[in-house]
Amino acid sequence: MTYSEKVLDHYENPRNAGSFGKDEEGVATGMVGAPACGDVMKLQIKVGKDGVIEDAKFKTYGCGSAIASSSLVTEWVKGKTLDQALEIRNTQIAEELALPPVKIHCSILAEDAIKAAVADYRKKRDGAEG
Amino acid sequence: MSDGRSADGIDFGADHFTFFGLAPVFRIDSQALDERFREAQARVHPDRFAHAGKAERRVSLQWATRVNEAYQTLKNPLPRARYLLDRAGQDMGQGNSAAMPPEFLMEQMEWREAVAEARQARELAGLEDLRQRVRQRMNENYGRLAELLDDERDYAAAADRVRRLMFLEKLLSEIDEGMAALEE
Repeated sequence: MTYSEKVLDHYENPRNAGSFGKDEEGVATGMVGAPACGDVMKLQIKVGKDGVIEDAKFKTYGCGSAIASSSLVTEWVKGKTLDQALEIRNTQIAEELALPPVKIHCSILAEDAIKAAVADYRKKRDGAEG
Repeated sequence: MSDGRSADGIDFGADHFTFFGLAPVFRIDSQALDERFREAQARVHPDRFAHAGKAERRVSLQWATRVNEAYQTLKNPLPRARYLLDRAGQDMGQGNSAAMPPEFLMEQMEWREAVAEARQARELAGLEDLRQRVRQRMNENYGRLAELLDDERDYAAAADRVRRLMFLEKLLSEIDEGMAALEE
């Protein structure tokens, strides 16, 4: 498997790797996994009072493409509202990283991670209000 | 040959269980499987067709491939379970990455972190300990999977077990890889 330069760059210099503190305000977590390859991906978003994603972190156990996909989306979601973040499509991720067809599922995983993190944030927020 | 049967009576079109004359169950008779595999292998061994024509040799090679594929699928529990589910028309639901419960994925992440840490700290004993715990978890899941497939025929629940086991198998291979790297 030869990786594209962009994948290698994210793999070697992952952006925003790590986790937020459990009790940090506005933090929500999206956990996803792909049984076919056993990859596990955690995407955390930190949402400000204005509903804009201030910061994001990821932790991924998987292949280079999965790591690059999650690293990339942490950059992409920053500064976006939740609805804007939900507009990120796996095809955009795959295109940006020049993923080969066999690695498209890695970009799907990253898109699903955004959806899961946003869903977690909304669930927490609605729970707090209700 | 039009009915998919070879001159030796090998049924090409049959499913892997029928192919080896075994009942289509998860709790397979592994001794019988090994015996049937060796018999089938001997029957289709390319050496037996050394003096045969080109077409016959090609067919014998196809048989040998078929025998191996059937054996590899049935020998190992995870591919066997997936084959049974496929046979029952059960969708594995692999396409949906959100199908796994977050708690399960969180636990997987913790396992993977523990493996990475033990590997980094070069703690072989730590990896061995993790390996034992993962193996135990896998045995529990395989035990339950056998009940779901053979006794309860609850294929949707079985597919869920299989998905969990796919992660656990991956985890186990990560541990083995880490142990091999440390032992070098």
